[in-house]
Amino acid sequence: MKATVLVRPKPGILDPQGEAVQGSLQQLGFAVEAARVGRVVDLELRDDDREEARAELERMCEQLLANPLIESYEIELAEDA
Amino acid sequence: MSSDDTKPRVAVVTFPGSNDDRDAALALERLGAEAVPVWHADDSLPDVSAVVLPGGFSYGDYLRAGALARFAPVMKGVNAFAADGGLVLGICNGFQVLCEAGLLPGVLRPNRSLNFVCRDAALTVERTETPFTSRCRPGQQLTIPVKHGEGCYFADAELLAEIEASGQVAIRYEGESPNGSVANIAGVVNRDGNVLGLMPHPEHAVDPLTGSTDGALVLGSLVDAARHTFAEPAAV
Repeated sequence: MKATVLVRPKPGILDPQGEAVQGSLQQLGFAVEAARVGRVVDLELRDDDREEARAELERMCEQLLANPLIESYEIELAEDA
Repeated sequence: MSSDDTKPRVAVVTFPGSNDDRDAALALERLGAEAVPVWHADDSLPDVSAVVLPGGFSYGDYLRAGALARFAPVMKGVNAFAADGGLVLGICNGFQVLCEAGLLPGVLRPNRSLNFVCRDAALTVERTETPFTSRCRPGQQLTIPVKHGEGCYFADAELLAEIEASGQVAIRYEGESPNGSVANIAGVVNRDGNVLGLMPHPEHAVDPLTGSTDGALVLGSLVDAARHTFAEPAAV
């Protein structure tokens, strides 16, 4: 089963990378009010049980993929198992 | 070799990507310790009185700095050692590893400027009763170099209030921090005071040839404390 984990800087957390990206986009003439830069992790799981996979992904996020002090995460499971 | 027998043994851990391990070992030896090299894949720590996690870019800083080193086999030994009250000093990347491992509060983020900074930093010693700062005077100003891309210490308001209240901020940047750290924090100890994470590099400031020797105050304090530990009956 394929899954994607989106890791984002939590709201309120200063994101200098996002600010730099916003600044560059503005220089290019795009009217960008804000930009936040996170991380995408694409995973292929051996597990085909969606419930179990989700629980497993939660643990992956808590233990490694995100740092709960500064990052939030979102798990997306592919529809076609 | 009777004089060597009195030298406290201090482990210096090398992860793949560590690059200050040799400088740390050299500095510790000069300050009277026996530096014991330890490889990240070792399952346990040898018999030592203190542990140093040196600077560098362990595991390429992939994912987040320090996030992967925390799972190195040797970290089981480091965790147990710290839990027993053993002295652990994490410098730069070592600080990042200790935060990711949960041995220290907070986290280190990319510098506010997004630039790698490499220069002398002016510091103020906030606490002198730790095993890492006992050679310093309260409020003493130190000059110790920093060199990092991810040294912006962050703790949210609640956590910051907690570590400030419990006196865990051992060392602060004087003036403007080189990285945007909250409350100008350069070094933090755990609640028990036996683990210190420090962004500046004391091991690069022990020889007048390269400028300041203020780093010797920090590492010398650690060696003193390790010697004291060494003198206890548990040492063989």
